[in-house]
Amino acid sequence: MSEAAIRHAGAPEETPVLSLSGLTVRYGEGCPSCRGGGPLEKNRCPVCRTVWALRDVSLEVYPGEVVGVVGESGSGKSTLMKCLYFDQAPTAGACRIDGPERCEDVFSLSRQQQRYIRNHILGMVYQNPMLGLRMTYSSAGNVAEKLIAAGSRNVGMMNARVEELLTHVQLQPARRKEPPKNFSGGMQQRVQISRALANNPSILLLDEVTTGLDLSVQARVLDLIRGIRERFGISMLLVSHDLSVVRMLADRTVVMLDGRIIEQGLTDRVLDDPRHAYTQELVHSII
Amino acid sequence: MTEYDGNYNFGFLDEGAKREIRRCILKAVAIPGYQVPFASRELPIGRGWGTGGIQLTLSLIGPDDVLKVIDQGSDESVNAVNIKKFVGLCTGVATTTDSGAATLIQSRHRIPETPLRNDQILVLQVPLPEPLRMVEPREQVTRRMHAESDYSPVWLHLYEDLVHYGEITLGADYPVMAAGRYVMLPSPIPRYDNPKLNQARHLTLFGAGREKKIYAIPPYTDAVSLAFDDIPFRAEDFRGRHCRLCGAEGVYLDEIYDAGTGERFYQCSDTGYCAKRRAGR
Repeated sequence: MSEAAIRHAGAPEETPVLSLSGLTVRYGEGCPSCRGGGPLEKNRCPVCRTVWALRDVSLEVYPGEVVGVVGESGSGKSTLMKCLYFDQAPTAGACRIDGPERCEDVFSLSRQQQRYIRNHILGMVYQNPMLGLRMTYSSAGNVAEKLIAAGSRNVGMMNARVEELLTHVQLQPARRKEPPKNFSGGMQQRVQISRALANNPSILLLDEVTTGLDLSVQARVLDLIRGIRERFGISMLLVSHDLSVVRMLADRTVVMLDGRIIEQGLTDRVLDDPRHAYTQELVHSII
Repeated sequence: MTEYDGNYNFGFLDEGAKREIRRCILKAVAIPGYQVPFASRELPIGRGWGTGGIQLTLSLIGPDDVLKVIDQGSDESVNAVNIKKFVGLCTGVATTTDSGAATLIQSRHRIPETPLRNDQILVLQVPLPEPLRMVEPREQVTRRMHAESDYSPVWLHLYEDLVHYGEITLGADYPVMAAGRYVMLPSPIPRYDNPKLNQARHLTLFGAGREKKIYAIPPYTDAVSLAFDDIPFRAEDFRGRHCRLCGAEGVYLDEIYDAGTGERFYQCSDTGYCAKRRAGR
């Protein structure tokens, strides 16, 4: 049975919540050589020096599914996430979303509409909490900002929701008025996660959430993400260079190299029976 | 009244500069709360010392105008007196302390107690016009945020106060929503004065000389102080207190503390209003 068939075996009618097609991010104008698919040095054109951060990336995320994205540094993982969260505009490509809100191509929307999607449908956890949090504002304020952005103007309701979310990520009540700059890395990530969950997003984007955390803290954050998945059934796109994280959380895995998807399939298949030479190297290089 | 000595162009600024400012004023009036950039001119006063307000005044004033200048409610403080002298020197127009008799009122940090009329213009001096500046230092980004009416950081700032103190602690420069579209800062007037901007009969112009921005609340326009649904906007409360000079209640009062006797006095912040009440008695 083909992989696509396996994926659809359970629910053949299911439509993906997110489908990305032909996503390309290019730094530079390009030249006939690289535009025509000519050879690149890693992701750079040797003729015109244009950097192709992402080349024709297409992938789907189904409801309740966790898709892992692995690859080495510079392979385009974070650029992919930034495009999906509208932090960066792609050069070409389309992204269709389905679910409570539908849109054929979110990249073609106005910035205001994109902000709406960002606040209502997406949740993002950055690798670096500095990007995702206001370090000098209180943790409660950080979570409330998402609620405010989604149009909430009722302090009583916001306080209750903030309380609920911060309890869910196990942040001690005594520290909720403190700014995240006072916190450890693991706590900052947990504040980011509760912020990302504030408006019940249908897709959660996790960019290297456990990188830089020590092992016991990593375990708690992973546990939290697994709990969120079981409890809320949110679809997730999980970027990591740590294969054990991907093995633990992801249903399906996409392997990226030099801005391209070189292999994708069920996580167990990709990690136990890698086909592409780079994936084989990646799997076997685990210490 | 100071004599117009004729050494300067009427209103100090050249006619081209005044015309540019008037054009910016028209745009500001057309888009309430929108900060219109203008080429702030050099004046014989350092930028940031009321030059925005002075340029508005100089470009609007005509020989028949009557000018009142207020500095934090007072007609007689150094700033107010010097601005009056300067405008007098280069225009020769009459000045007054009576807000009812003035056609043009330039003010720093207060709006007169007596409601203004439709034929009067209030010019407010603005140190920092950008309500989003505290969260975003880049002008390019704040302009985009205004364009998209992305005001969640302003609301977050108010929410933060509630988290830490249980109430909003902004004393002055409390943000307002102009005509339901642009969030703007009303210059550092006390919260007490904010409601005077809403659906006012007069035109209010805001000038920031250092920041090179002009904006406006036209007559009969909504200027609603930001407030959460369940926590209403609250102005300073002077109940049970009155002015020790004129006995006025229900006005904005200054607190004066006598270190020798430990006594606290209250008196009208608006000296023109206070003087008029005492004269009429």
